[in-house]
Amino acid sequence: MSDSPTVVATHNPDLQHHFSSMEQQQDASMLGMWVFLITEIMFFGGMFFGYMVYRFYYYAAWLEGSQHMDFWWGTINTVVLLCSSLTMVLAVRSTQLNRRKSTVVFLLVTILFGLAFLGIKAIEYHGHWTEHQFPGLNWSWPGPYSSQVALFFSFYWAMTGFHALHMVIGIGLVLFIAYHAWKGKYSALYFNPVENVGLYWHFVDIVWIYLYPLLYLIGHKKG
Amino acid sequence: MSQHIVSAKLYISVWAALICLTVATAAVSYLELGPFNIVLALTIATCKMLLVALFFMGLKYISDRMTIVVIVAGLFWLGILVVLGMSDYVSRAWY
Repeated sequence: MSDSPTVVATHNPDLQHHFSSMEQQQDASMLGMWVFLITEIMFFGGMFFGYMVYRFYYYAAWLEGSQHMDFWWGTINTVVLLCSSLTMVLAVRSTQLNRRKSTVVFLLVTILFGLAFLGIKAIEYHGHWTEHQFPGLNWSWPGPYSSQVALFFSFYWAMTGFHALHMVIGIGLVLFIAYHAWKGKYSALYFNPVENVGLYWHFVDIVWIYLYPLLYLIGHKKG
Repeated sequence: MSQHIVSAKLYISVWAALICLTVATAAVSYLELGPFNIVLALTIATCKMLLVALFFMGLKYISDRMTIVVIVAGLFWLGILVVLGMSDYVSRAWY
């Protein structure tokens, strides 16, 4: 309110001058992150919608394509991502409790889970590539509905590809946050960067939660 | 609001529930349920999404109403995409 020395002395150095309080800064930061996540929901939503339309039209081809997903790698990757979400949320909690070291450790474990996910995804991609399941570049389908199954695989590569790209960006962000957490930048009063990266990470997890049944499960042990 | 600190025990319970739901959805994919396979799979996925959103993303603890309005509006917009979009493709065969 005033320029009294006591107020200045308690002014948090992490409070940017255009906010009136740490709470307002925190709320604004989270609101901004959610606005961004809504654009991400619409981005992935468009692809999910396209997937739905063509599954409606080419039901048999979707079943056929899904049978060529690796059920076990998909399931393991789902578990890996859920574990990474747990360590991410525990990292945010550690920051809120001013536990600098455990914040860094949880963030690094999150990165390891993220890398494990990408490694498994790379094994799957390699398998699909060597089996000529990349439409447009090396497509060759021995079974029925070749052109329609090619469409299924186009959705597969596009959706998991954009998801993997988000994972790569997410790992970069967590690394950035881990570095600053190590430097002691965050505290119980100032942790919105950690929290927002956490929101991003969980959002990417949610995208996979839907990709897993839609790609891996719909044709599993069917037909 | 932001200063709401959730116990580690709750987070671990949510994680355990998520793992159980993953095992459940993988297990029921072995069954032949016809059209209900996809219904069941998406229902379980939505439960998992809600667990992640409510607890891990802290939706349950957001006090800033503006953020809630933005999230609801965003999901409503996604609903417009799906409902109006599908009503086009589904109804084409009617005429």
